[in-house]
Amino acid sequence: MTLHRGRGFAAINYPIGMNLGGDPSQALVHSNPDGKFTVALSAIDLGQGMKSVTRQIAAETLGVPIADVYVDTADSDTGPHDMGSFASRGTHRMGNAVIQASLEARAVMLEAAAEELEVDAGDLVTDGQGNIHVRGAPSRTITTMAAAQAAQFRQGRTIAGRGIFLVPLSEVDPETGEMSPVTTFAHAALVVEVEVDAETGEVEVLDIQSAYEVGRALNPGLVEQQLRGGAWMGMSHAAWETTEPYYPDRDHGPVDFDHYAMPGPGDLATHHISVLERPAEDGPYGGKGPGEMCANPVLPAVVNAIYDAVGVRIDDLPVTPEKVLRGIRANGGARPRQAL
Amino acid sequence: MTKIPVTLTHNGAERAAFADPGQNLLDFIRRGLGDLSPKYGCGQGSCGACTVTIDGETRLACLTLAETVEGCDVRTAAGLGQGATLDPLQQAFMDHFAAQCGYCTPGMLVSARALLDRNPNPTREEVVEAISGNLCRCTGYDPIIDAILSLAGRKASA
Amino acid sequence: MSDRRSDRNGFEMRKDLFADERDDDLNEIGKRIRRQDIEGHVTGRSPFYDDHLFDGLLHIRCVRSPHHHARIRRIDTSEADRMEGVVRIVTGRDVPVNLNTLLSLLDFGLDDEPLLSEGKVAYRGEPVAAVIARTEAQARAATRTVRVDWEVLPHVLDVEEALKPGAPTVNETYPGNAFVYHGKYDHQKLRYGDVDRALAEADHVIEGRYQMSPIEQAPIETCGAIAAQEQNGRYVCYTGTQALFFSLGTASKLLELPSSRLHFIGGTVGGGFGGKVDSIHEPLAILGTMLTGQPCKSQWDREEEMQVGAPRGAERWYLTDGVMNDGRIVARKFTGYFDSGAYTRLTSYAVIKCAGHLPGPYTIPNVHADVYCVYTNRTPATAMRGFGITGVDFAIEAHMDKVAETVGLHPVELRILNAYRDGDMKAHRRLAKNCALVECCQVAAQKAGLRLSPDMLAASSKTGGGGPRAELPAHTATDQNGLVEGFSSGSYARKGGAPASPAIVATLPPGASAPASRPAAPAPEPKDPAPRPDAPRADTSPPARKPARSGAMRFSSLSGFRRR
Repeated sequence: MTLHRGRGFAAINYPIGMNLGGDPSQALVHSNPDGKFTVALSAIDLGQGMKSVTRQIAAETLGVPIADVYVDTADSDTGPHDMGSFASRGTHRMGNAVIQASLEARAVMLEAAAEELEVDAGDLVTDGQGNIHVRGAPSRTITTMAAAQAAQFRQGRTIAGRGIFLVPLSEVDPETGEMSPVTTFAHAALVVEVEVDAETGEVEVLDIQSAYEVGRALNPGLVEQQLRGGAWMGMSHAAWETTEPYYPDRDHGPVDFDHYAMPGPGDLATHHISVLERPAEDGPYGGKGPGEMCANPVLPAVVNAIYDAVGVRIDDLPVTPEKVLRGIRANGGARPRQAL
Repeated sequence: MTKIPVTLTHNGAERAAFADPGQNLLDFIRRGLGDLSPKYGCGQGSCGACTVTIDGETRLACLTLAETVEGCDVRTAAGLGQGATLDPLQQAFMDHFAAQCGYCTPGMLVSARALLDRNPNPTREEVVEAISGNLCRCTGYDPIIDAILSLAGRKASA
Repeated sequence: MSDRRSDRNGFEMRKDLFADERDDDLNEIGKRIRRQDIEGHVTGRSPFYDDHLFDGLLHIRCVRSPHHHARIRRIDTSEADRMEGVVRIVTGRDVPVNLNTLLSLLDFGLDDEPLLSEGKVAYRGEPVAAVIARTEAQARAATRTVRVDWEVLPHVLDVEEALKPGAPTVNETYPGNAFVYHGKYDHQKLRYGDVDRALAEADHVIEGRYQMSPIEQAPIETCGAIAAQEQNGRYVCYTGTQALFFSLGTASKLLELPSSRLHFIGGTVGGGFGGKVDSIHEPLAILGTMLTGQPCKSQWDREEEMQVGAPRGAERWYLTDGVMNDGRIVARKFTGYFDSGAYTRLTSYAVIKCAGHLPGPYTIPNVHADVYCVYTNRTPATAMRGFGITGVDFAIEAHMDKVAETVGLHPVELRILNAYRDGDMKAHRRLAKNCALVECCQVAAQKAGLRLSPDMLAASSKTGGGGPRAELPAHTATDQNGLVEGFSSGSYARKGGAPASPAIVATLPPGASAPASRPAAPAPEPKDPAPRPDAPRADTSPPARKPARSGAMRFSSLSGFRRR
C-alpha cells in the first residue's frame, strides 16, 4: 500500500439573494398585551435556522429579549407572501422584511410608553431586557409589558408592524449579460489535505483549513452548523455522490443509501473554521447567507489536492478510485508533487 | 382484511392496538399508537430515521413487522426523559447544536441512548459505530458525535 | 462549555478583520443562541408535514414511464380499477390546466411540463397516471396493473448531442432542445471586452474541460404533501415544500382554483437543499382530494426521491484562459451546458445566476461566456445548494490550479493577484464592493502554514481596486450567434420586446394553452381529442363554476402590471 498526501487550495465567492423577478418577502409582527411578540412569516425552516435567525433579528430590532419573541411560519392564512427559502435569499430578504416590520411595531410601542411616561417618544430607548427608559435617565422607566398593556387597554393602540423587502427587478441584456444579479457576495477560501492510495485509487479527505466570510455572523452557532455541514457536503460531492455514475448514460442509478454514497460518521475530515465578517451594506445587520456557498470550494480543492498528491488531474466529478487509478496508470505511476 | 391485535409496552405504558397484516412497525407506531417521533426516511432500512429499541436492542421499525412486537418493550425518542424533564442526551443535543432540520434526530437519539445504556463511557470510535446506521444530511455528524461524547463517563439514565 | 466540540475541529471568529465596519455591541445579533425549534427536534414533537394524521387517508402512487422517450398510444386502467382498495385513477385529463412551468409565477419562461403526461413522455420515471388507494401497498400494487401502450421514440442523453442538428426533440416547447433567452438566443451571453483578441496577445493560453456530476439533494425526509377538505370549499395542504407560495401558486394554476380556496401549512421541513421547490405533490394531493372527497397523501419513496425527484443537473464546462507571464489573467472564455433534463423547472434561472457570477471572484478585463440550458431525455433537474454556481466554481478553481502551474506561481498568490477588489468593474457591468476574497485567501493559507510573499500578505480587498479597474472596456465584441426565430420574448430577463404572453394562457380554456405563448413555434403534440371536464368530476364542494380569476392569472397579471 503506497499512500501519498497532498494539499489543494480553492477560493470562491457567492451571490446572496439572487434577484429573480423582483421577488420580495413580507413579514408581520405584533405584540400581545403582555408585551410578547409574534412574527408571522411564510418562510421555511428546512434546518438552516430561518425561525431562529428571524427571531434574533426581530428581538434586536424591537429591543426586547429573545424570549419575548416567537416566530410562526409557515401558514398561508396568517403569514404574508414569500416565495420561499432558496437562492440564499432567506436571511437577506426575510431578515430585512422582519427589520422593517419590527421597526414599525417598535415605534408604536415607544409611543405607548411615551404616553405613559409623559415624555417624547424620540427620547426613549430600550435596554433589550424588557424595559423602556428615557435616554440618560434610566430611572424614568416602564417595562415593555406595561407599555403593551397600556396600548391595549388604555390607549387603544395596536403594537404591530408590516415589513417588505423588495430589490427591484433586474433586467438582463441579451447581448452582453449586463445585469444586477445581487447586491452582495459571500466569500471563502480553504486548504484541503487528502491521502491517496496509489494502489487502490482510494482518496481520503483528512483535513480542511477554511476561511469563510459571511457578512455579520448573526448567530455563530447557526453559521458553524452551515459551514461544518456544508463542507461535509462539499467533500461528499467531490468524492462520493452521483445519481448517474456513468453520466450521460442513465444506467446504474442508485435507488437507496447503500448505493447513493455519502461519507458516514467514520469518514469525516477534521475541519478548522475561521469566520470573517465584513457586513453587507443592505444585509440585515450586515448578514449575508452562509448556507449555500459553504460546499462549493471543497470540490475543486479536493481535485487540486489529488493532483498535489499523485499528479493526476480529475476534471470529471465525482472522483472515483477508477478515475484515479486510470490517471496514475496513464502517467506511468504516481507522481507525488507536494508543491503546496 | 383481518386485523391482528398487538399488545406491547410502548415507552413504559401498556398499549394494545390492531395491526394490519404486513403492516410495518413504523406505520403501526405512528398511525396505530399515535407516536410520531419515529420518521419515514427510506422504508429500506438504510437511513435509520425510524430507529426504535425493542427489548433494549436498536431496530429499524420500517423493516419490522408490527405483529412481531407482541409482548415486547418498544421505546422511541418520544419516551426519552422523565415527564417534562429531558434526558441528558436530549439536553446535550440542544447544547451542542447537534440538530438542524431535526428529521434524523429522533432515530439518532434512540441509537445514542442505547449505546450509552450499554456502554456509559464510549470512545469516539464506539460512538461512530453506534450511529453509523443513522444518516444525517445537515450536520456533517461531528456536532452529534460531540454531543454524545459529552455524556461519556456519566451514569446511564434510568 | 469547554466540551462544546472536540479538539478535532476548530472554530474561531476573526473579529480583528473588518472590525471598523462593524458594531459588535448588540443584544441578540451575533450571539450563539439556541434554535427556536431545537426542543421540538430532540423530543420528536416538531410537526413535519407527514406528522398530521387523518382518518381515511388515501395514498397516491404514480404510474411511470420505463422509457427515456416514448409516445403514449393508450392507457388502460381497467384492471387497476378493479384492484382491491383502489378508489380512483387519475390521468392528465383530470388535471384542469395540465401544463406549467414553475417560473411562470415570476413570468419567466413558457409552460412546458404536464403534471401527468398525456401525449408523450420524455424521461424515464415520468408520471402518466396516479392511483389513489386506501393503503400505500394497494396503490403500489395497482400501479403495476396499469397497461400503457408505448411507442418508443429515439432519445438523447448528452447535452452536446442534444444541440446537434437532427437530434430528437425532447421538449416541444423548445424544439431546438435549448431554453430560449429573451425570445432571441438559445443561450445566455456574457460579453465583456474582446476575449479573442486578448487570447491572441496572451503569453499563455490554457484550456480545460470539466464535468460536474448530477447530485441528489437527499433530504432525509422525502418530498410529499397531504391534502384534505377544509371549510367553505377550501383545501388544506400540509406540505414539505421549501417554497410555500411557489407551491400554493402552482397548485392554484394547475387546478384552476383561486388561491383563496387553498390553505397551505408547512415551514418545518426535514431538509431541502433545493429539492423541495418543484411543487409536484401539493397539486397532486389536492387534486386527489378534489376527486375523492377524502384526505390524500402524495409522497415519494426513497427510490423515487433518487431517480424521479429532480437532482441538481450535470454541467459541462469548457474554459480557456489567456494569462501573462506574471500571472495576470487577461482573458477568460466559457462555454457551459446545464443539463436541464426533459423540462425547464429552475435550470433556466440557474443559467442567468451563473452568467452574473462569471468569471468568478477575479478581475479579468476580457470575459466571454455562452451558457446553455439544454433539454435531454433524463429526469428534469432543479435547484440544489449552490445552484448555478457549484459546477462552474469547480471548473474555475480546478482551472486556476493549472494556470498557476503553467506560469509557475503559488496557487494562493495567483488568486490574490487576480482577486476582485472594492471598486473594480465586474463582467456583468456593476462595481464590486464589500469584497473579502483576499482576506479569505490569506487566513486559509496562514492556518495551513503556507508561506506567502510579503506583497501577498499585505494585499487587501480595500486597496488596489478601482481607478482604471473601474472602467468598462473600450470595446466589447458582440455577436448574433445562436439567434432563434419564432419566439416572443417570454422572459423577464430582457430589454425591449413585446410583453410576454403567458398571462394569456390562463384566460384560455384548459388544454388550449400551449400555442398561445409562442405563436410562431411549431404546434405541440396532438392532444387526446376526448372532451375535458371544466372541473374535476368529484368536486362537489361549492358549485364547480370556473373562478373569475385563477391563481395563474393572478400571478401573471401581477407581473404583467409590473412590466407596463
